[in-house]
Amino acid sequence: MAKGETSRARVLIAKVGLDGHDRGVKIVARALRDAGIEVVYLGIHNTAEEIVSSALQEDVDAIGLSIHSAAHLTLFKEIAKRLKQNKASDIVVFGGGIVPDEDLPILKRLGVKKIFTPGASLEEIVRFVKSIPRRLERGAIVRSSGKFHEL
Amino acid sequence: MTLRKKAFKNLSGIEIHGAYAPAAISDFDYARDLGESGEFPFTRGVYPTMYRGRLWTMRQFAGFASARETNRRYRYLLSHGNTGLSVAFDMPTLMGYDSDHPRSKGEVGRCGVAIDSVSDMEILFRDIPLDQVSVSMTINGPAIVLFAMYLIVAERQGVDFKRLRGTLQNDILKEYLAQKEWICPPAPSLKIINDTIRFCVESVPLYHPISISGYHIREAGSTAVQELAFTLYDGLTYVQSALESGLTVDDFAPRLSFFFNAHNDFFEEIAKYRAARRLWAQEMRRRFRPAHPGSLALRFHAQTAGCSLTAQQPYNNVVRVSLQALAAVLGGAQSLHTNSLDETLALPTEEAVKIALRTQQIIAHESGVADAIDPVGGSYYIEWLTNRLEAEAKSYFDKLDEMGGMVRAIELGFPQGEIHRAALAYQKEIESGERIIVGVNAFTEPKEPPFKMLKIKHAVERSQIRELRARKKQRATRRVRSALQRLERIAVENGNLMPPVLDAVRAEATVGEICDVLRKVYGVYREAASL
Repeated sequence: MAKGETSRARVLIAKVGLDGHDRGVKIVARALRDAGIEVVYLGIHNTAEEIVSSALQEDVDAIGLSIHSAAHLTLFKEIAKRLKQNKASDIVVFGGGIVPDEDLPILKRLGVKKIFTPGASLEEIVRFVKSIPRRLERGAIVRSSGKFHEL
Repeated sequence: MTLRKKAFKNLSGIEIHGAYAPAAISDFDYARDLGESGEFPFTRGVYPTMYRGRLWTMRQFAGFASARETNRRYRYLLSHGNTGLSVAFDMPTLMGYDSDHPRSKGEVGRCGVAIDSVSDMEILFRDIPLDQVSVSMTINGPAIVLFAMYLIVAERQGVDFKRLRGTLQNDILKEYLAQKEWICPPAPSLKIINDTIRFCVESVPLYHPISISGYHIREAGSTAVQELAFTLYDGLTYVQSALESGLTVDDFAPRLSFFFNAHNDFFEEIAKYRAARRLWAQEMRRRFRPAHPGSLALRFHAQTAGCSLTAQQPYNNVVRVSLQALAAVLGGAQSLHTNSLDETLALPTEEAVKIALRTQQIIAHESGVADAIDPVGGSYYIEWLTNRLEAEAKSYFDKLDEMGGMVRAIELGFPQGEIHRAALAYQKEIESGERIIVGVNAFTEPKEPPFKMLKIKHAVERSQIRELRARKKQRATRRVRSALQRLERIAVENGNLMPPVLDAVRAEATVGEICDVLRKVYGVYREAASL
């Protein structure tokens, strides 16, 4: 690994809800992995609860969710709520899919850092994920999985 | 001489040369390779008169919010010249959950219409006589349940099952490959499909019990060749499975139908439909030796490619859809859905869907393309491309045969991997600018004007749940319970599930309750998350 890349974030990528259209999410997950980012790919048909518990277990710094089923407001709200309950709101949440412009400020208020909509390039997504710092560096001391990570 | 590009490749990566001449199809034999329309190998079309006898069915796929709202949309479409209906169900219905299931939260009525019980289905078809309008239903995992609901609505309308025309998608294999809305694992799913086929053979003779679909395979990112190969191979798998269940090929094969995508590459798409008909006829004859010529004829519905639409400069989508629809018509489709210009952003508004329908009407009545049969047949380029697609599809058939069939190939992740790789390659071509998409990576505009979209209100979910609970209170609980117990017993005993599912539906059992029995007896399919 090149110098300066040692603290790169680990990211969970998944589809949330009942929508199985995984063409986009798989392409994004592959592109992130090809760019040297550690990706935990959770696949399709995950509930908010399953995603948050995997995020904690897998000790990720960010959660990226794909959604095309127009259920984004409900499902991102569930994710935010469960992260808060687990004192893990510092995990960066971002998403991609079909989200109307008018819903973007609502998602932002829920704590969603970024939504990539149609036309976003893989390069843009990779750049965004690379800019996410590791959780510990931002002072999140409690690792729910109980694992210690060397700094 | 300098050329515009280093290599000219179509969407399947097939290299396209300049002018095609007789040498490109040197062993061409008219009778063997084309034949007359309505005759083996059906390359020119499945009916002798094609669109001169009857135009294709203009069948716009629609469904959103509640049954009431969708019923209004159906009547709007029919009043504007739509000639068939096609039901889009919401995600919970596609997965066999009721609207009040925890997993349904936020998803009710969003991507399609919410149907919980036969009462919803009755509202969906209110004032639509089912003996006069053919209805297609995009439903797979819980197909048997929604089909039973449709039959009971016909029963309540006083329509004889023998007069029902329409299509049940009922194609679980392409769910494992591409669309990924499923309930049970492959073996029991194939058994349930055989039950519906048998029921149709015996009681609903004009109905198509399955629509073997390449549409979703293509939307998931496959090439045209992969769409062609995997779809036809799925079809052969269903035939084999139905034969193993004791059916006779000529009893059901004439009622099989297909569903293909209509994507951007105009000539490749036309060649794909022609190759599909010829290859199906040849493979059916070779593998299963049917006596009835109808068992060899591939009938298909086409839908323009949703994945080709762009959110950027959405009005350009009208032009894309026109070209794609024209390819489907030149390729001899029996029925067609044209996407609306706003469908990459949301479910379509009335205004948008009307333009999409008008597009078909303009092709049908103004362009003149429907007047001659297979008007592109005999073109050196088209015949060469048809041969090429057929040959490439056949080499996939050989691979799948070697692997031990489609179910085994799915377990091995083979078709899924092929589709994923093609999707990735396509995306990279767009990102590198090698493949130009107008408004996306060329001819872009900085600021897009705001766009009017259909909004589904959160109140839809609340009222759907309220109605579901009220209905559950009104029904005869004991009757529901005994119908579900009988279904479970027959499932365990491996009997035909159609009669007990019909009884459960009559008793107002819900989609979720009936599918819970299927989940309990047969288990749930899970896909390993892999990249």
